[in-house]
Amino acid sequence: MAIDTMEQKLRPPEIPLKPYPPKVITLASGEKMVVREAKREEVGALLGTIYPLIGVPADFYDIVAVRMYSEILGWYRHRVANEFVLVGAIDGEIAGIVTSRHVTPKLGMSLHTLTIKRGLRVGAQLFAAKMEHHLDILGEEEVYIVAESPNGFKRWMIEYELEDRSPQFPEVRHELGGVPTYVLTRSLWEAVRDVKCTGTRPVSDTDLKASAKLSMPREYPQIPGFKR
Amino acid sequence: MSRVGVVGIGHTKFGNLSQYDLGDVMAYAATDALKDAGFLERRKEIDQVIVGNMASGLFCHQSAVASSVISKMDMEPVPAELVENGPASGASAIKIGYMAVASGMADIVLVIGGEVMRKVTGWTGTEYVATMLHPEAEYDMGLTLPGFGGMFTRMYMEKYGLTERDLALLAVKNHANGAKNKYAHIQAECTIEAIADGPEANVVNTYVAEPLRMYSTCPVSDGAAALLLVNMDSPKAKLFSKKPVRIAGIASATDTHCVHNRKDPLKLEAVRIAAEKAYAMAGLSPKDISFAELHDAFSILELAISEEVGFFERGKSFLAVRKGETAIDGRLPINTSGGLKSKGHPVGATGTSQAVELVRQLRGEAEQGRQVADPKYGMAVNFGGFGNNVVAMIFAKD
Repeated sequence: MAIDTMEQKLRPPEIPLKPYPPKVITLASGEKMVVREAKREEVGALLGTIYPLIGVPADFYDIVAVRMYSEILGWYRHRVANEFVLVGAIDGEIAGIVTSRHVTPKLGMSLHTLTIKRGLRVGAQLFAAKMEHHLDILGEEEVYIVAESPNGFKRWMIEYELEDRSPQFPEVRHELGGVPTYVLTRSLWEAVRDVKCTGTRPVSDTDLKASAKLSMPREYPQIPGFKR
Repeated sequence: MSRVGVVGIGHTKFGNLSQYDLGDVMAYAATDALKDAGFLERRKEIDQVIVGNMASGLFCHQSAVASSVISKMDMEPVPAELVENGPASGASAIKIGYMAVASGMADIVLVIGGEVMRKVTGWTGTEYVATMLHPEAEYDMGLTLPGFGGMFTRMYMEKYGLTERDLALLAVKNHANGAKNKYAHIQAECTIEAIADGPEANVVNTYVAEPLRMYSTCPVSDGAAALLLVNMDSPKAKLFSKKPVRIAGIASATDTHCVHNRKDPLKLEAVRIAAEKAYAMAGLSPKDISFAELHDAFSILELAISEEVGFFERGKSFLAVRKGETAIDGRLPINTSGGLKSKGHPVGATGTSQAVELVRQLRGEAEQGRQVADPKYGMAVNFGGFGNNVVAMIFAKD
């Protein structure tokens, strides 16, 4: 597709990223969640999934949803460099989404984790997959991470025992503003990988096919009474 | 002593109710119980309200919740008192209510158990619950209840050959029941493949306090449950729309505060003694019990308690679980509500919630798929501390 000159000037320079190999995780319920990279053409299902949560203040879903919405829109419309989006889908229905960005060959910038299906550690699995992509697939040495909710702080900062680099502000600063910056280093990752990160590869053709077409959640535990 | 029966039951859904005031949560369950008994309009005729709650001062920064509930329900001047006995507060409240009615001091008593724990984070809540441990010998050493649960489980494993898979089987059984219970916090089944056998189980069912994993540990929950007790030998017993379910036996016992002062930490003496007293009071034995609600804050406790109350030989209960004997269609269904593991564990509410489940089962009102076939006697054990304050209850369908 031809891209006009002005649009070319507006787009960020991109570094080609290695693809994230899909995996499948059997959740406690017995449901199989395929974790894979989202494709650009799936933006409609992704944004449609996020949109209803913009109005949910509990657990800071509103902030996470509105920021993730803009991140995915920016990714789709080429306004963010080297972003990747991973999605967790159960029978194709989106259970959670994570966004992140490759900054340099040594540094990753974790953006957001949004869980729709609650109580099955979907968010924890997707966050771990995101770190796996940064450190094991893309080969970065560390990832900057912030939390915007108490749940996030517990899951990431405490459970991963992340390194607190906030005293080094403003030299060390996450892109999401002046919030305290924590870091997952390679050595920290290697200490927790086996108990945090799982999944089976390769994914069977049946499971891949089931997740090939993403669908928006029919219900949201965060929005009682919501029906799509 | 007068006979005491339950003529009304009420229950909130367990889960995250942190946006609500504790008094409102309790009032919801109490109103439900009064409606069930057909006594809501006459609630000022109640002689006494007993409230069970463990730690509203810590979790909600609120004290004197008993009188607060009276005002919430427009029940002044009915007297109301609080009973605090750790996570056994709910059943202790029932016991005090029972004593009031049986002694003739009151004819109609409303018992409410409730707790809102999720106004604070999970780890803060765990720390608050740990304040029931010995302040110098245990709490100050960093012990928590999951820590005790983990150590107890390890000892049991080494002595009797229990495996982590056996604990997972308990979770599968209890979640199957909880998935059908409209009041349960986690209304979702889990599979043995996902939480024990499959390649991802180690992460999906992560350790909480090794060897206890997430699916061997109850969630932190909010909620309340209530019961209306009546003197069955009083003319007032005829005022209610429901036939009473009789409290056939109720007793409590206390063990050493420090677990290390026990000769054998695997022996839960307070459970055994409370159960023996309840059986004696009811004129029953373990073989008469149709089903039971046992305090599985950690799955190991379901096993250990089931042995102490005489359902199984010591060290053999997990073999019965393997055979499905404690499943809903087994010879002795245990934790038909989903137990604390699936239904949830708002500490002050748990004993009253167990009692509500006994009544629902004995009335034949449990949901399809988790109703025990023609039960005669239900037993519940509410366990506080690490076994240092325990209440056993036996309810009868007369």
